[in-house]
Amino acid sequence: MKVRSLRVLVLVLCLSAIALSQDLASFEKRTVVKKLANGLTVIICERPEAPVFSFFTHVDAGSVQDPLGKTGLAHMFEHMAFKGTDTIGTRDYADEKVALAKVETVYGEYIHERDKRVDRDDKKVKELEQEWRDAMAAADKFSAPYNNEFGKIVETEGGEGMNAFTSWDETAYHYSFPVNRLELWAYLESERFLQPVMRQFYKERNVVIEERRMRVDSEPFGRLLEQFTEEAFAAQSYHRPTIGWVSDLNSFSATDAKNFFDKYYVPSNIVVTVVGDVKAAEAMPIIEKYFSRIPARPKPDEADTTEPPQNSERRVVLHEQSQPVYLEGYHRPDYRSPDDQVYDALTDLLSSGRTSRLYRALVRDKQIASDAVGFSGYPGNKYPHLFAFYAFPIPGHTTQEVGDAIHAEIERLKKEDISDEELKMIKTRAKANLIRSLGSNEGLAFALGFYEARYDDWRELFRSVDRIEKVTKADIRRVANQTFVPGNLTVGVIEFAPPPPGTAAAPQGGGQ
Amino acid sequence: MKRACSLLLMTLLAATFFTGTTQTWAQTSWKQIPIPKLPPFKPAEPKRIELPNGMVIFLQEDHELPLIDGTARIRGGERSVPAEKAGLIDIYGEVWRTGGTKTQTGDQLDDFLEQRAAKVETGGTGDSTTIGWSCLKEDFDDVFRVFNDLLMNPEFRAEKIEIAQKGAYDGISRRNDDAGQIAGREAAKLVYGANSPLARVPEYATVAAVTRKDLVEWHERTVHPNNIIVGVVGDFDSAKMEARLREAFGSWQKGPASENTEIKPETAKPAYYLVEKRDVNQSNIQMLALGTTRRNPDYYAISVFNEAFGGGFSSRLVNDIRTTKGLAYAVGGGIGTSFDHDGMLRLMVRTKSATTFESIQALDEEIGNLAQNPINGEEISRAKDSILNAFVFRFDSPEKVLQEKMTYEFYGYPLDFLEKYQEGIEHVTKADVAKVAAKYLHRDQMAVLVVGNPAEFDKAAASLGPANKIDVTIPAAPKGLLPEQPGAGQ
Repeated sequence: MKVRSLRVLVLVLCLSAIALSQDLASFEKRTVVKKLANGLTVIICERPEAPVFSFFTHVDAGSVQDPLGKTGLAHMFEHMAFKGTDTIGTRDYADEKVALAKVETVYGEYIHERDKRVDRDDKKVKELEQEWRDAMAAADKFSAPYNNEFGKIVETEGGEGMNAFTSWDETAYHYSFPVNRLELWAYLESERFLQPVMRQFYKERNVVIEERRMRVDSEPFGRLLEQFTEEAFAAQSYHRPTIGWVSDLNSFSATDAKNFFDKYYVPSNIVVTVVGDVKAAEAMPIIEKYFSRIPARPKPDEADTTEPPQNSERRVVLHEQSQPVYLEGYHRPDYRSPDDQVYDALTDLLSSGRTSRLYRALVRDKQIASDAVGFSGYPGNKYPHLFAFYAFPIPGHTTQEVGDAIHAEIERLKKEDISDEELKMIKTRAKANLIRSLGSNEGLAFALGFYEARYDDWRELFRSVDRIEKVTKADIRRVANQTFVPGNLTVGVIEFAPPPPGTAAAPQGGGQ
Repeated sequence: MKRACSLLLMTLLAATFFTGTTQTWAQTSWKQIPIPKLPPFKPAEPKRIELPNGMVIFLQEDHELPLIDGTARIRGGERSVPAEKAGLIDIYGEVWRTGGTKTQTGDQLDDFLEQRAAKVETGGTGDSTTIGWSCLKEDFDDVFRVFNDLLMNPEFRAEKIEIAQKGAYDGISRRNDDAGQIAGREAAKLVYGANSPLARVPEYATVAAVTRKDLVEWHERTVHPNNIIVGVVGDFDSAKMEARLREAFGSWQKGPASENTEIKPETAKPAYYLVEKRDVNQSNIQMLALGTTRRNPDYYAISVFNEAFGGGFSSRLVNDIRTTKGLAYAVGGGIGTSFDHDGMLRLMVRTKSATTFESIQALDEEIGNLAQNPINGEEISRAKDSILNAFVFRFDSPEKVLQEKMTYEFYGYPLDFLEKYQEGIEHVTKADVAKVAAKYLHRDQMAVLVVGNPAEFDKAAASLGPANKIDVTIPAAPKGLLPEQPGAGQ
């Protein structure tokens, strides 16, 4: 059986290698990239499977770019990009503009008074707050009848999966349309980044605070991740939450959001990718016509504090009315590191499927965890980041036990070479995963745009898999020894704490 | 658990935007942009084959990528399991695969498949179990052999049952950690009844009661060709694949058909129901009643109503409660429809504890407003356009078409149900929509569930009326089932 399966394996590797180069060749033929005069990059990939297309707009700015004291601003702008423009979502923009300017002036005065450390006049705070609310109500009169008009147009015209996300590294917008709406899409998507209007900003801020309550404040694992990430990064901006601190969310202004947009949403920071049943030769002029309207602006300064070496073990412990969770992370270099694919190989080896080392050790053999995973790329990968592990101890087992078991697996990686079979599995899976990812417009638009934004070349999607092919056993041992050292470790755990006395009804725990 | 946690991590990594007559003065308006006719598109239909033994097979060629994927869906699931063994299908769905075959352990299968970057996976839900594979096309013979061996000769090895049970205990112990999970679970109990097979959840004792014999018997009872629908999609030749599947399954003898047990919902009486959770600052509010099935002729009007009232980004609930009032990030809902039983009517909102009552009131107003201010012509045309213009996304890949046909076949719906749906939507009128709103949405007949922290509410919880506190304390595990561990929720 073994011999036979090895023979088949060699065959698989040859065949999938061929399939892969064929794929790249096929994509070369049907993928066109154009950098417009204003610096914006457009990718079109022809995939004539059905009369639809998907797009992704990648903006090379995320919450790492949030200004000091204004965490959450990148994400807040993302929400505002659905609020319309000077031509979409208003009864009369000329008058609305005046009303919105008034809101900003009054809000500035209100915040100034509210945040005074000494000599704050509480009566004045109340009056200014009321003035601000009145100004908002006045401005709303222009937009309220056209609430969500941008989204309404997209939905009514058949848009599918309209959404956006903000991470530490980037912000992205996406949906799909029937292919006869290509020009409409080009208009809408460029319009949105030509003249976005910060209307209804302070209501939307409340929506975002609710989003924070849902994802972080009311979610034990969300609370753990926030604390853990803050602890792991002392200096670099990954330590700040993308969703933002509540005090910042309750302070920053629509003017701040517009300033963020002006600085970071410059065409040279944007990659727009369209995949679907389009002809590049016909679609490019349309896309160029609309997106060229966005004026060129200077590329923003990318400077951020570099995280200093950790040189200390760090630990955060959350005592929660919920079951235990174990999380740990080690610093690693950014995605341009020559070892990037070695970390990918480690992720696959440790976590992919039932042959993975952590599943076999913690779930199958020791039977102390319901799930155990090690993965690269937390919280992002554009800057030096973490290789992280997490495990959920099953009832009767502790975070200490699962932490020890993870460390035993790490020690094995440092002391012993992985097997030939494991290395082959990693490489075979990398290729198969790539092939599986090529079958959807949306997935392709994301991947091509992502690689173009990061490497200035979408072909890196294929080349990064080629680089996994070159990873050796020695690489894996070397990188494990470099990375997984105690002075580079941050641990975060949730430990179960019984509810405070007198709250017997608290619905926690397994069988009180 | 694995997938759920990765998903959780994904959602925490990235904050996203959304869970769910214009100006005349502008020089350029989106309305001036020409929208050419969508080119005619007839998606490839899968070939349907019915074997003499009753097995139904759908073959859908898709030559874009060198892959072949397949699934077998087998009638019968958790709903047919006795209450004292609740959770049996989760255990079955895992150990069917991890327990291996008569001749190969699950671990050996893991190695064999992972060397080919292939998958064979099993699972189960309320009404069915599934076994499927995914592989590069050159591995089809190898992988199909594993699939077939697991389908015919599973072994359900005892040590893997134990691992699955431990995983299930872990899931039970964690089920009150997340407020959204509590709300989803308790909502189903309110709509269908706490002991209904549509709502009940596994407990330590019921999972512990599952034996190897149960799994073997379940398999023997349900896995017969006349209970199975197979779908295959990918880079193959249909004639050859058909021959191959006929060879594999043609001589398989018919068995007893899985029975469909009718489940009568016992919906909770209209009242407020409160689950106290002290470690949150946001309330999960759900207004609940019974929905209907997709066989109901109201289905089309319901679809339009849902889109306009609580479905899309432009819906009333999002517009009023999120955009205008800023009360919530997550808000929405509608009249739920399922294929073979009444779905759940659910309006939900997540809002800070201090606006719990304000938000309940806001939902009340939306329902009340439907009578005086019914969904108007513009809202209806927008909702219909949204559904019809996006219709192509229901069949824009061969795999989607296959899934859809398999679903209709499974539930005994006409295979052209989707075409009929389009027609049905086109014919919906304003009166139809008003009729379904009046027929299904009765505020005074709804159960209102709040999962939250009453200490922070904007009014005392008692002002809700008679307090219906739901105790979600997890029933203790039978003695000796779980190892002793101080402090870990025992």
